[in-house]
Amino acid sequence: MSVFAKKVLGVSTAVAVLGVLIGFYIASWATSFPTSVASTFNPSAAGGGTNLTLETVAAIGRKYSPTHPDWVSYLVRSGGKWVHSTIYKVPAYSVVHVTIYQYDSPTGLRNPFLSQVQGTIGGTMTLDGKTVDSINPEEASHTFAVPDLGVFVPLPGVSEEAKNPCEEAPCETSTSDHRTITFSFRTGKKGRYRWQCFVPCGAGYLFGNGGPMQTLGYMGGFLDVV
Amino acid sequence: MSTTAESASTPQPTGRALWRRLLGFNLLSAVLLGVGGYYVGWFIGRQIGFEGSFHYQAKTDENDVALLLGYFGGVAGFLIGLGFANYPISRLLGRPPSLREKEGEGIGRYFGLCTDHKVVGIQYLVGIGVFFFVGGLNAMLIRAELLHDTPTIVGPNQYLSVVGIHGSMMMGMMTSGVLGPFANYFVPIMIGARRMAFPRVEALTFWLLMAAGFILVSTIFFGGFPTGWTGYEPLNDQAVMGMDSYICFFALVGISMALLGLNMMATIITMRAPGLTWSRLPIFVWSVFATAILMVLAAPMLIATLLMAALDRTIDTSFFIPGGGGSSYLFQNLFWFFGHPEVYVLALPGFGIVLELLPVFTRKPLWGYRLAVSGMLGVTLLSFFVWQHHLFVSGINADLRPFYMLSTEIISVPTGFIFLCVMGTLWKGRISATVPMLFCLAWAFNFLIGGTSGVVLSDVATDVQLHGSFFVMAHFHYTIMGGLVFSFFAAIYYWVPKMTGLRFNERLAKWHFWLMFISFNSTFLPLFALGIMGMPRRVSSYEPSLQGLNTWVSISAFVLGFSMLIFIVNTVCSMIFARQPAESNRWRSKSIEWQVPTPVPVHNFDQIPTFDSDPYDYGTPPVVGGAQPSAAGA
Amino acid sequence: MSEPNHARRFTTIWVVATVIALPIVIFVLGPLLGQSGSEQASGQRTDMTVLAAVATPIILLVMLYLLYSVIFFRQPTGGALEGPAVRGDARIQTTWIVVTSTIVLGLAVFGTVQLEADYGSGSGNGPTPLTVPSGPKLPVQVIAQQWYFTYRYPTYGGVETPHLVLPVNKMIELNVTSLDIIHSFWAYQLGVKADANPNVNNVAFVKPTKVETFDVRCAELCGIWHGAMHDKGKVVSDGAFNTWIHEQQARFAAATKVLPPYSKTYLPEPTRRGG
Repeated sequence: MSVFAKKVLGVSTAVAVLGVLIGFYIASWATSFPTSVASTFNPSAAGGGTNLTLETVAAIGRKYSPTHPDWVSYLVRSGGKWVHSTIYKVPAYSVVHVTIYQYDSPTGLRNPFLSQVQGTIGGTMTLDGKTVDSINPEEASHTFAVPDLGVFVPLPGVSEEAKNPCEEAPCETSTSDHRTITFSFRTGKKGRYRWQCFVPCGAGYLFGNGGPMQTLGYMGGFLDVV
Repeated sequence: MSTTAESASTPQPTGRALWRRLLGFNLLSAVLLGVGGYYVGWFIGRQIGFEGSFHYQAKTDENDVALLLGYFGGVAGFLIGLGFANYPISRLLGRPPSLREKEGEGIGRYFGLCTDHKVVGIQYLVGIGVFFFVGGLNAMLIRAELLHDTPTIVGPNQYLSVVGIHGSMMMGMMTSGVLGPFANYFVPIMIGARRMAFPRVEALTFWLLMAAGFILVSTIFFGGFPTGWTGYEPLNDQAVMGMDSYICFFALVGISMALLGLNMMATIITMRAPGLTWSRLPIFVWSVFATAILMVLAAPMLIATLLMAALDRTIDTSFFIPGGGGSSYLFQNLFWFFGHPEVYVLALPGFGIVLELLPVFTRKPLWGYRLAVSGMLGVTLLSFFVWQHHLFVSGINADLRPFYMLSTEIISVPTGFIFLCVMGTLWKGRISATVPMLFCLAWAFNFLIGGTSGVVLSDVATDVQLHGSFFVMAHFHYTIMGGLVFSFFAAIYYWVPKMTGLRFNERLAKWHFWLMFISFNSTFLPLFALGIMGMPRRVSSYEPSLQGLNTWVSISAFVLGFSMLIFIVNTVCSMIFARQPAESNRWRSKSIEWQVPTPVPVHNFDQIPTFDSDPYDYGTPPVVGGAQPSAAGA
Repeated sequence: MSEPNHARRFTTIWVVATVIALPIVIFVLGPLLGQSGSEQASGQRTDMTVLAAVATPIILLVMLYLLYSVIFFRQPTGGALEGPAVRGDARIQTTWIVVTSTIVLGLAVFGTVQLEADYGSGSGNGPTPLTVPSGPKLPVQVIAQQWYFTYRYPTYGGVETPHLVLPVNKMIELNVTSLDIIHSFWAYQLGVKADANPNVNNVAFVKPTKVETFDVRCAELCGIWHGAMHDKGKVVSDGAFNTWIHEQQARFAAATKVLPPYSKTYLPEPTRRGG
């Protein structure tokens, strides 16, 4: 092999190795999902089924997200800790009991139609202990909605004048002001269903629908019915 | 046509020590200064755009101003490091002009600023090849995800970025895909000139494109972009920081395109050798000229549009935001006013290559030369009058639609001229099925399907179902990939032996062709059906009933990717290891580039040639008073 | 050896192929090329069939020609023969120009007639359609938002519903608009596609002719859940529709009270950066 060929081979190999590394980096970035968290089995709840406990926070904080500490986010309770994930595994053809601790302040619904509770068992939810079927659209802070199952639950916000707002995740009910919402819904056949927040809560983004609203792990994710 | 050319000496390395060669204006300095420039821009951006002036940046943890200035600084540093500022500064200081740079320094000249158009041509070929490969890998990831009917391998947002990177990379790179490598290398030779009109600008267009490609890939560090290659507002404004990479990428591509087109036009208009009238110009040069007109007129529109989008994203202007007085229609119209001529930038060089190669492989003159030229110029002119067919169902004024339907239907007429010329050249020819010829015939097959599906889409009523569906995907993949990319490979197999003096492995080349042709059709023909069955574009969740067809398409796509691997293996083995010398004029072409020695001397010709006819002097002339039809017209 | 008459031979092959292919395209392929859930969709299917029928002889001409040339106009292996030095033929060129232009102009006229005969053929006509159907129309507003479609019925108290239900054999006037960015309402079996732009009313006319379930999809990239933005709508009989809409009015009474008054477009707050 001539000197020329050796030089070209050396450069080409370097470039090829670089290319493969770039390829792997792109592929690994593209294929990264938040971890999937399973709902917990709760045989003693009304109608059997499983429990899912979530909380919404106004700022996820540097611990969970070094690049976007100011983004709003959902967190899910798993193994006694708050996990930063929005992919939940629930069983098919069963009842899911959801409890959401809402720590964020109101933004208001873009479409007030979604201020009415839809798709839950009984068509209602429990808000701080009271059973309601809709809220004031301007008080909405987030929603939990699974459109393909017809579930739309608006989550009212913590008042702006609250004395102990939760600044950064993880938030605990004992230390910060919050609203507690519970509801149940039925799952059907197996599949991967998306769920999302319908309140434009992506602060700083156009129409409030960018950033956390368009990133898995924050304001939208999957309900894996298995 | 008569030419005189003596063999000239090949460039010799200058023999300086390696460390001395590394210090100076070269790629290494360029990369270092680029990184430095990026951080300078980023720092300035942070000072401008943080805490106070742009309140949203505190809430989103994103600073678009910093990123855009960072990219700007990075590109400036990169270009300065390569040495592009040397000439302007030395002239400002009163030093005498230097016309040529680095033209005699061995292989190092391929890795920096070189004003030899032949070196730039080869740089383009390798550079575009690399980014084409990156775009192709993204396509493989897309098809892997589409094996499943819900987001499985790739998250839904990352999927949109992968789709966007694939589309933008391909569109940005392949617009210069033929003009960059082959026009830069061969147009001066074909017109009997020693160089391009603006050699330094020529080198600039290449390095801008390389910087652009790198910037596009860097989008994944900033969250990717969700809009696909069309970058529609207002989603564009809503997107995270990765959108700025797209904006910067396309702005640089636009600048590169405009300068490339300008250079081509100036060269072809002013530097033709004596005797080379317009009617004796090789048809490939005509296609380059028509493409250059489109590039110069359409690319600036893109740059301006992207500037407006960047302003909307950073300083809260409302060009495209309805709440602030803007309109979402404005972006669509501005983008497609560029976008439609852009796709003809992709199509025209394909026409030129096929018509240039067919006479060589049928041993007949080009049939219908004037008709072919009017076809190309007709397409060039009409391409500016059709762009609203991308907006048929968007709610534009209904009065406009019949007009744009008519104009879009009419543009198929000059396109049809090209097909008539192809068929006329094939008639009673002596066809040798060499690999370049096979790619040209495949071009005709593919572009026919692509073009006809375009006529189907141009009818508004049918467009209602097909707009935004996989039918459109199939249409443009047939015209752009089946058309341009196949003719690109025809040009590679035809001209690279001339450019390098080395031959390809014939068997691998044939395997590449047949595997590519069959798998290409197997991949994209079913997409027409998928579109008619209602699958929208840019989705990773679709109706479960469509999964079987999607699986077939994905497997075919993997085979298509494998055929590209065969090509890469062929290239690496032939050009680096085997290095078999190619015959000097294997195709027995009468075109001037085959009459000069290989490798082509630095100054192309010792004496400027004179031309007395076009290069299609093939065939046995008709017997006087005999049975063959007379060569009436042209 | 005398050259066979290639022109006559090829023309014969082409005509025979066209005669065989055309009926297959028109009668077998045609019905598969479109939907038939509405007048507009049926019109589109006819349109596609006509285009396919016109395209068939042209595609066959070029493809068979390529095949014919590659088979019969070959350079013998190792040979170096030349072909005839013919540079053009004015008559063939003129014929080609005239024929292709006529076909194309004919298609354009046909397309325009088809488009306006069906009141836009299911497409979004913008706020001021060119042709408007006379007679009673049921107005239905399609509201697109990130990432779901909802529907409002202004003549039924402005009630908003999460699913689209339409009465069969009635002319529907769809007013498509968006609350945020560009989406596109695509009712596949009904052959309707109209982009939803913010602050713009895009009108599409459709008259469903079959009682069936249809797919609603978003056809303009709108972000992360664009692919998931699909739903099922229904076309039902008049009586079933009346029952359904009254049931929806009762069910969503609480929501209807807090909805803004019905309007062709909405500009919700915040109009710029949210949160």
